[in-house]
Amino acid sequence: MADDRSRTRRARSAPADDAAERPDARPPVPDAGSGARVIPLRTQARRARNATEPSATVEEAMAAHPSGGEPDEGPSAAEEAVERLFAFLRRRLDGEYTVDEFGFDPDLTDNVLIPALRPLYRSWFRVETIGMHNVPDVGGALVVANHSGTLPLDSLMTAVALHDDHPARRHMRMLGADLVFRLPVVGALTRKQGATLACSPDAERLLSSGELVGVWPEGFKGIGKPFRDRYKLQRFGRGGFVSAALRTGVPIIPCSIVGAEEIYPKIGDIKPLARLFGAPYFPVTPTFPLLGPLGAVPLPSKWYIEFGEPIRTDAYDPADADDPMLVFNLTDQVRETIQHTLYRLLSQRRNAFLG
Amino acid sequence: MAPSVVLVTGVSGFLGGHLAARLAADPSIDRVLGVDTVPPPRDLLRRMGRAEFVRADIRNPLISKVISGTSVSTVVHASVSAGPARVGGRTAMKEMNVIGTMQLLAACQKATSVTRVVLKSTTAVYGSSSRDPALFDEAMTPKEMSSGGYGKDAAEIEGYLRGFARRRPDVDVTVLRFANFIGPRIETVLTRYFALPVIPTVLGYDARVQLVHEEDALVVLQRAATEKLPGVFNVAADGVLLLSQAIRRAGRVPLPVPQPAVGPVGKLFRSARIVDFSPEQMRFLNFGRVVDTRRLREEFGFTPRWTTTQAFDDYVRGRALRPVVGDGWVDAVERGALAAVKALG
Repeated sequence: MADDRSRTRRARSAPADDAAERPDARPPVPDAGSGARVIPLRTQARRARNATEPSATVEEAMAAHPSGGEPDEGPSAAEEAVERLFAFLRRRLDGEYTVDEFGFDPDLTDNVLIPALRPLYRSWFRVETIGMHNVPDVGGALVVANHSGTLPLDSLMTAVALHDDHPARRHMRMLGADLVFRLPVVGALTRKQGATLACSPDAERLLSSGELVGVWPEGFKGIGKPFRDRYKLQRFGRGGFVSAALRTGVPIIPCSIVGAEEIYPKIGDIKPLARLFGAPYFPVTPTFPLLGPLGAVPLPSKWYIEFGEPIRTDAYDPADADDPMLVFNLTDQVRETIQHTLYRLLSQRRNAFLG
Repeated sequence: MAPSVVLVTGVSGFLGGHLAARLAADPSIDRVLGVDTVPPPRDLLRRMGRAEFVRADIRNPLISKVISGTSVSTVVHASVSAGPARVGGRTAMKEMNVIGTMQLLAACQKATSVTRVVLKSTTAVYGSSSRDPALFDEAMTPKEMSSGGYGKDAAEIEGYLRGFARRRPDVDVTVLRFANFIGPRIETVLTRYFALPVIPTVLGYDARVQLVHEEDALVVLQRAATEKLPGVFNVAADGVLLLSQAIRRAGRVPLPVPQPAVGPVGKLFRSARIVDFSPEQMRFLNFGRVVDTRRLREEFGFTPRWTTTQAFDDYVRGRALRPVVGDGWVDAVERGALAAVKALG
């Protein structure tokens, strides 16, 4: 009996999985006798854009749903969207998806988390990416970026950039502070989004398995710095990221993010409250805590994310990771590159909100 | 070279009993002795065939007489228990686990016939916290250790075993750190937990759960008992399930409990004798734990037959767990939505 149940369950979910694997697979046409079908242009355009994405996103499905489809013989765009939405729901309800050892859930990331961030990326911050060709299509690489903005929206936007604007639609595996993983909801979602704890075993494991890893070596010093120190890079940790790259021989890609400093200008810090919540800082911005929850709305600054020339590490010996002088020098080189790129981008920018 | 006399502790339990049965079926082993404080259930006893059951308490020095009297060559210590209810409370459990092991090792140290000691340990020795690396390998130590509980017991036991190995360098010591067992037959805290119709979870946390199938665990124990494979090995299946995902696969309904209420709810379940959850197991529900099994595959030479997902599905099938809430309504809603879209178009 139990066998029957599980078999039917698997059988039912199987076609959905198949469809998800083949981007061009279409659900069976109910009345195939009619022959030609009208394929709405909008769908076609979307398909072209999402050529490598396994299935369209729930957000798009939802967006397409109320708009309705063209009356035709085959399944309309809206119907397909509904079918995709339900295929996704069924996968979630049956637990028919896989997560890796780090807890990364690509199904949820592609269908819910990134689509949820996309409006912020496209319309709110109007992110422009520069130098995307510096990020390799395959294989391990370490993206090292400046950190700012009081809340780590810059890391999320970088993840969306590498997924949406990179030709290989890469997932960035972020390395986060342990505080993030201690938080309820946020911690669980961060892991599902592909992040893991910033420690060398995890970093090296990800890099050697050919993942694109993102790291923000300034940590809380960078993200929680006062507004007057904007775009001044803080100390780059202890260079652990350089050691990890040296041990695994992957390139380091300096990444400079302009615009994130202005989203929540931190003009003050209430230390006792920070201690009370066990947080590294309790920010005061022009809108928070003055406007309450409204203060959580980031200011719509115009963003630029520039990926610089990769710094190769495969010429060194993995044992050089234990040479502190080399590690310091490389750390400085990465830091200088990012700082100079930031100055250049800032000098080209006329206005923080208009670009 | 097969050992001549094997002694297995904890034969009333699933793993100890079935291990004794497997060893008894191996003709190259002369004698199999099973030790426990309570006799094994009748069907298990029947399975054990020619294995002899010795009713003895390993906390009692009498165990020394058993070991030297029968010139035991291999000791498989499989009685370290995670469930306080089985032995009557947490204090008794600690005594059984830690003091029992000390007595057993003291007896082994004196007995010159002993050449191999195998310990069934647990990956709980790594603890479970937000500061953990994603995967533990055998050389790592826990970031935060619970003040008491199974993991602490196991860590102390491993400490005593390391001391024993230093004093008796001629003895091959194998420590097997098992992930949580799962399977159609084994009874553990986790198997009872997933059998609940409504499963309490910690609100806002989704643990990464790595399991090991009971059959894989038995094969590993058997090989460690019969072959020379000294060292510490993580034993776990490939792949990971999220707790929420496992609950969905079992067709159960999750009941997220806010963190501050987790303690009282756990106590309620414990006192109602539904599921015997210790505080450290509830920490496990927050963060979970995943281990690296490279050493098991490359040095021990064993690749688990079941992945975590397959092992879990085997458990769901074996226990005939039916979905508490059917997912037929999804089909109904989908049909309705499609009809609505058609009508609109």
